[in-house]
Amino acid sequence: MNDTLPWYATRGAGVVSLVLLTAVVVLGIVSVMRWQTASWPRFLTTGFHRNLALTTLIFLAIHVVTAVVDPFTALGWEAAIVPFSSPYRRFWLGLGVVGIYLLLAIILTSLLRPLFGPRVWRMVHWLAYAMWPVALIHSIGTGTDPRFAWMLAIEAVCVGSVIAAVTWRMRRIEPTAWRQRPATIPQVKKWS
Amino acid sequence: MELIGPVTESLATHRQRLGPLSALSSGELIAELESSGLLGRGGAGFPVGRKWRTVAERSSGRAVVLANGAEGEPLSHKDRSLMAARPHLVIDGALLGARAVGADDIIFYIGIEHPAADAAIRHALAERSADIRGRAQIVSAPAGYVSGEESAAVHFVNAGDARPTMTPPRPFERGVGGRPTLVQNVESLALAALIARRGHGWYKDRGRASGIGLLTASGAVRHPGVQEIGFGSTLGDVVAAAGGLRGDSHAVLLGGYFGGWADVEEQWGLPLEPRSMRSRGLVFGCGVVHFLAADSCGVEATARVLAYLTSQSARQCGPCVFGLSAIAAATQRLATRSPQADDLDRIVRWGGQLVGRGACHHPDGAAGLLRSALDLFADDFAQHQRRRCVTVSRPERVAVA
Amino acid sequence: MDEIVVDRIRCDGHGLCAELLPERISLDDWGFPIVNRGPVPDHLVEVARRAVDICPVLALHLARSGLGAWSLSPGSSARADRRR
Repeated sequence: MNDTLPWYATRGAGVVSLVLLTAVVVLGIVSVMRWQTASWPRFLTTGFHRNLALTTLIFLAIHVVTAVVDPFTALGWEAAIVPFSSPYRRFWLGLGVVGIYLLLAIILTSLLRPLFGPRVWRMVHWLAYAMWPVALIHSIGTGTDPRFAWMLAIEAVCVGSVIAAVTWRMRRIEPTAWRQRPATIPQVKKWS
Repeated sequence: MELIGPVTESLATHRQRLGPLSALSSGELIAELESSGLLGRGGAGFPVGRKWRTVAERSSGRAVVLANGAEGEPLSHKDRSLMAARPHLVIDGALLGARAVGADDIIFYIGIEHPAADAAIRHALAERSADIRGRAQIVSAPAGYVSGEESAAVHFVNAGDARPTMTPPRPFERGVGGRPTLVQNVESLALAALIARRGHGWYKDRGRASGIGLLTASGAVRHPGVQEIGFGSTLGDVVAAAGGLRGDSHAVLLGGYFGGWADVEEQWGLPLEPRSMRSRGLVFGCGVVHFLAADSCGVEATARVLAYLTSQSARQCGPCVFGLSAIAAATQRLATRSPQADDLDRIVRWGGQLVGRGACHHPDGAAGLLRSALDLFADDFAQHQRRRCVTVSRPERVAVA
Repeated sequence: MDEIVVDRIRCDGHGLCAELLPERISLDDWGFPIVNRGPVPDHLVEVARRAVDICPVLALHLARSGLGAWSLSPGSSARADRRR
């Protein structure tokens, strides 16, 4: 039926977006951890991280547009632009709007990095650790598919991989710790 | 003695001896300095006249003069001696620099470990007019080798952080408070003040080469200390003025920790003067002349210098933090005759990789010192790689003279 | 002509630049870049731009040669002019 197409598109694009965002976050962590093998150089990690983030925008656009124009949900554009303004599942949907704004901020500062400078870029980028949980909770709260096993499985894989990546991240010593550490100099008396 | 002396010269004596401050205009001052060929005395040896012209061109009356008396080089004592003995000459130089580049503000950046110099400049400023006092301030440079580096000095005045910054922009473009800044060594300023009074001919005609300058003789000499020389005086002359060698010496460190080792016998007749030395691949730098006692090991001495330079790194750039400390550690292992199999090869390779890969020239200086050591002490290094030392006859380590 | 310039203070030794442009950039024993001096050949300029873009900390720049990127200017504390 015609009016169920937007409904499926919204849910489908939403799930794909969540999976993509999970991959983006994991790849971001892999990138910071400087992981590589002989056949997987680091620029691949960085390249995928950036490209998948941009791809997510496409699916998010489909997700939002189909949700708004869907006659069944009667959301209207305001719900998509102003967080927590929709009467339908106000909180959970509002989180989705917040998530998109966070993602847009991250992507915008990344695309215009020379303009914003490395410090601002870095601060905004850390919002990714807020953006992803927001997206996940939005998905669980507004999703109408949580009872389906396949949806639970997808969510479990997403959560599991982010937790694994973050745990891995927290365990390792910062590769840039040498900047703070005082010099380890050979034990020699000062010569003068 | 123009530049040094046993007591701090008062304003009255200074005026009596030298007359009033030169009245030359900005353009005339710069022309005199350019004609004199005066080279900077902070270590880099950049032509002073050209530097003043460069800052003047960008100034539009907003420039700042920073008189650099940090003297972080441990073997150099000339700047502090100059400031302690002839503070008014230094102040005159700073005033003339300010006039030439169009600056109102003057900062005297004096090493915190040089209290006599600090007191002398402070006292001398108190003797001057209120107008001059209003334009000048003294900033204590933190201890450490890199705090006298040009961008580090500016960074400290701007933000309290005496670490070099990435250039561009260089201080002559944007320095203190974002304004074009003339960072000039205090000895250069003192000489500029003398040249301004007497004309460039005075500077060019003195000594066998041209000019006068200060150097610090130390190490295996009887009377180490600061000497004022006419350029063209030889290494032998310096030894004589220092009371002769204490024992024997085969190696001399010229130019400071950023300079290099040279063979004493070979360079006995070396005219100590920037241009002649440069043509022989040597460095005048900040005028350090340090003699290594004959019974001290060159490898060990080099290891100590490298360890010191490692400790003085600002730790902002990977190649300096990792490369320099790895070189220092390997050299130390060689010095104690317990090297790893590739240590000598490694320090040659790593040393070649240091140049031009830091934000400042700290790694470059260390690389230059290392190269001169590997050159002059080649036999010693080879012996040490085989766990032997030919210089030290006794098995225990001897302290460097 | 463009030259590759590294902001040595910002550089954290990620080494992505060397992955993309091994013709001009290699890594030392600790992962920090060693850059060939001089202008980038025309056929590599596009790759050089990508290398600049991929640096996670924006430490790499392409600068016009001769506009002071590495020139010895007044007051540099260097003996850079000797023994090069």
